[in-house]
Amino acid sequence: MSTATLEPRVHAPRNYLNADYGWKSWLFTLDHKRIALLYLISVTFFFLVGGSFAVLMRIHLTEPQGALVQPETYNKLFTLHGVIMIFFFLIPSIPAVLGNFLVPLMVGARDLAFPKLNLLSWYIYIVGGMFTLYSAIAGGVDTGWTFYTPYSSTYSNTQVTAVAIGVFVTGFSSILTGLNFIVTIHKMRCPGLTWFRMPLFLWSMYATSLIMVLGTPVLAITIFLLALEHLFHVGIFSPALGGDPLLFQHLFWFYSHPAVYIMILPAMGVVSEIIACFSRKRIFGYSIVAFSSVAIAVLGFLVWGHHMFVTGQSVFAGLIFSLLSFLVAIPSAIKVFNWTATLYKGSISYEAPMLYAMGFIGLFTMGGLTGLFLASLATDVHLNGTYFVVAHFHYIMVGGAVMGYLGGIHFWWPKISGRKYPDMWAGIAAVIIFIGFNLTFFPQFILGYLGMPRRYAFYPAEFQVLNVMSSAGATVLGVGYLIPLIYLIWSMRYGPIAEPNPWGATGLEWTTASPPPTENFAEIPVVTEEAYAYGPKEGSGD
Amino acid sequence: MQSMPFQPEQASSIAKSVDELYLFLTLVTVFFSALIFSVIFYFMIRYRRRSPDERPKPIEGNFPLEVLWTTIPTLIVAVIFVWSSMLYFKNAEAPKGSMEIFVTGKQWMWKVEHPEGQREINEVHVPLGRPVKLTMTSEDVIHDFFVPAFRVKKDVLPGRYTSLWFTATKVGTFHLFCAQYCGAFHAGMIGSIIVQEPDEFERWLAGGTPGESMEQAGEKVFQSSGCSTCHTPDGAGLGPSLLGVYGQPVKLTTGETVTADDAYIRESILLPKAKIVMGYTPIMPTFQGQLTEEQLNDVIAYIRALGKSQPKPKEEGKQ
Amino acid sequence: MTDAESHAEKGMAHQFEDLDQQHDADMLGIWVFLITEIMFFGGVFAAYAIYRWMYFSAFDGGSHILDIRLGAANTIVLLGSSLTMVLSVRAAQTGNRRSTVLFLIATMILGGIFLGVKGYEYHQKFVEHVVPGLDWAPEGKTLALLAPGGVQHAQIYFIFYFAMTGLHAIHMIIGMGLLLWLVLRARKDAFTPHYFAPVEVVGLYWHFVDIVWIFLFPLLYLIGGRY
Repeated sequence: MSTATLEPRVHAPRNYLNADYGWKSWLFTLDHKRIALLYLISVTFFFLVGGSFAVLMRIHLTEPQGALVQPETYNKLFTLHGVIMIFFFLIPSIPAVLGNFLVPLMVGARDLAFPKLNLLSWYIYIVGGMFTLYSAIAGGVDTGWTFYTPYSSTYSNTQVTAVAIGVFVTGFSSILTGLNFIVTIHKMRCPGLTWFRMPLFLWSMYATSLIMVLGTPVLAITIFLLALEHLFHVGIFSPALGGDPLLFQHLFWFYSHPAVYIMILPAMGVVSEIIACFSRKRIFGYSIVAFSSVAIAVLGFLVWGHHMFVTGQSVFAGLIFSLLSFLVAIPSAIKVFNWTATLYKGSISYEAPMLYAMGFIGLFTMGGLTGLFLASLATDVHLNGTYFVVAHFHYIMVGGAVMGYLGGIHFWWPKISGRKYPDMWAGIAAVIIFIGFNLTFFPQFILGYLGMPRRYAFYPAEFQVLNVMSSAGATVLGVGYLIPLIYLIWSMRYGPIAEPNPWGATGLEWTTASPPPTENFAEIPVVTEEAYAYGPKEGSGD
Repeated sequence: MQSMPFQPEQASSIAKSVDELYLFLTLVTVFFSALIFSVIFYFMIRYRRRSPDERPKPIEGNFPLEVLWTTIPTLIVAVIFVWSSMLYFKNAEAPKGSMEIFVTGKQWMWKVEHPEGQREINEVHVPLGRPVKLTMTSEDVIHDFFVPAFRVKKDVLPGRYTSLWFTATKVGTFHLFCAQYCGAFHAGMIGSIIVQEPDEFERWLAGGTPGESMEQAGEKVFQSSGCSTCHTPDGAGLGPSLLGVYGQPVKLTTGETVTADDAYIRESILLPKAKIVMGYTPIMPTFQGQLTEEQLNDVIAYIRALGKSQPKPKEEGKQ
Repeated sequence: MTDAESHAEKGMAHQFEDLDQQHDADMLGIWVFLITEIMFFGGVFAAYAIYRWMYFSAFDGGSHILDIRLGAANTIVLLGSSLTMVLSVRAAQTGNRRSTVLFLIATMILGGIFLGVKGYEYHQKFVEHVVPGLDWAPEGKTLALLAPGGVQHAQIYFIFYFAMTGLHAIHMIIGMGLLLWLVLRARKDAFTPHYFAPVEVVGLYWHFVDIVWIFLFPLLYLIGGRY
């Protein structure tokens, strides 16, 4: 605990938080920073909802016959866990919270290109969220977040239409955010800020935005057709009526595979910023890392068929998708090596953001390598549809994306809130999360290879030990997540007041006050240096 | 190699080779994870900040190093890709002469038919050492036939046939799981593959309810549904003769030629107007909704048998 | 022009440095949005193409039910509306407030005609009982046209017909709303030769909706090939 006394702020300088008061000033704001906070509150809420479903699932799975709920209820839990975590937490998290807050600051602008569209995108997200919560309350959905037909279109009698509307609507929130970022990065960079002087977080936001605007519309039309089929039973995806259930899968995965890159690229951007700052070094191979982000975005659109290797599709289709899936791993590997090389001869400190970044690299590496097992046709035949897949994607999504998100929240918290949090507790939480995460998900790789399928509400007794281990780990993980919730909220009132640049980081966002004034900068900055200019200053004698 | 801990039994002819590839992938994963972890750990300690004003010299990058650590992973994944694809390709087609079994998945059970007529629910008896090909379809939603011990899996789709094959190499009982979420009792759609010594299997096949073979059942359906009225063996009826047609090329009114396989026969029964044989008119009624999947399998088995024991007709259908 | 003057220039939003930057951003923004629309319609076009390939004759039969004269007339109407739209943009660019408003209204009238004809066509589908899910019971001459390809697969044709033209009509209705908004703003002198981006942006949107129809018309109406 720091020696500073608890400091409620009495007379703070004018900043975006105290510029105006009252609910109208928040709900009708056009300030990207306030919109980012609106998103922060909403994504945290959905994380808690989706997370509590996960807790119920893991409790249920401690016993082979199921410890908690009926199978029908379990099926609804895993469906809504997936829908909420993917569409209402992971996809918006870094872009809509950190991206919205930081992109204008990092490009040296006063706001995004289209502030009203920004606010609209939050409202659209909330409306989509309301439909989804309604579907959960009004009986739930039991199709799996993947909505495979004809189960979802013809057989399920749960709230498919409501959740379809929820996902459809929320997609437009994603599209508008991506559109805003693309235009802002293209057209609003301040004088001197060339593309290759941008922080890598902006490169990853840009690549993510490309996927958001190109991929999400395909999800929209797919969900629209699914809803039509569910309501009117006309044969779009239903074989009995002449439709093709695999057409649904192609259309669905055409978006949903790139979607996973929407979820991981922003986290990679955060990790670049943190590693540069906490080793006080320019990211090794800056332009390679920048190009890798774009390469991942492009290649990510070409691999969707690897979700369909066992559907009976042609062997040749399988070969092509397998090859491309292996290739998309390469740019990610390059990034991991470049981050590691950045540490070489750096000056490394271990505050919480750095712990999260290191955790990210380790867990993302494992998660990514286990993806190779699934890109490989012969092993995917055995592993598809088992807990191996569940473990793989949780390593990337939770071990990767969530750690990246938490690292980013901790890194930019002083800028966003004007306060510092207790680093000791932050470090403890990071370690608990890392340990709890591995305890939860590593056993699932083994469960998968042993043959336990996913989405099972009950299972043969021989799988119990590993399931109990996983559930025990989930308890630790849950505790780990609650700790930051507590101290971050605490810090908003009692944390020590933050300087403009508490970490000594480079980047335009650190040149303005913490928290920034509404207009971000007194004067639009002019950039004269490369990114990550951490090196010794000229003539400093170092 | 023997099965390792945390692996299912190796009970099929391909299990060992899949496990070998899996082992290689595991080693690659462990190696690179350990490499990254230890290098990072070492750097974190060796280059920890020693004074608050430390300002390390910037290092832009190292192109040869980038080439190196791009090339090596690319080569490694190339090896994995080639190895895996060859294995996959090799195992894709069932060997000729495989014993055929028909599987119908439905919420939430597996219905199994042996050609000799034996029917099973949630169990599949197979002989040791003989390639077995499963031809599968679903009555409702997508399911998936998964036998971990054999390392085989294939989705089971409504409205079409998929197939998988295996050669069991161990006697015993092995888990059968449905591995594609299919509704409320997806987790309950499990069963067993029962592998027996060949003579024991023959005894099992012969025992139980003396029933008719799929062929015989199919012939009955063929007569009772009125197929024989138009599809007369001499080709003089309203529909083409089906003698010897199975597996042969068929010319259609559109000019294209297709092969008369399971899917073609099934489609012709359920959607007769989709493909019309050259020289005939689209007057066949549909049997959609009138035949169960098992009856369809039986009719197909019957048509398959037609022409195996009869001479092939001189001409295909009437002019 | 001093900083203060350019910042106070009519129509400029505070986050931009000058009108040029704002104009650039607006144009890039609408183009990116149109690309998302291409992906959106692209998905349903791809699904349509696949089913057309699978059920060739059924789709032919379904296409024969449509009234090719009404479709062609609507195509001319919509092309005309794109002309009036671009004339409105030109008028705004030259500071001609009256023409801007008149051409916008002309665009709305033509758009309204299109929607009216579409509405009539939809009504006809109900009369002929070829509305999947709501009123599917083709009979008589209609049935005779659909039967050869298979009535069930023709239902798939019609669900795509309604989905594609319905989505297109929704986009047109939204466009009409945008046009009305522009009319109201134009009448209040919101646009100058230096600031008419909203007219351009809506113009691009309207052209896009037109182009979608240019694809829909042959795909839905002309594939039957009886002209």
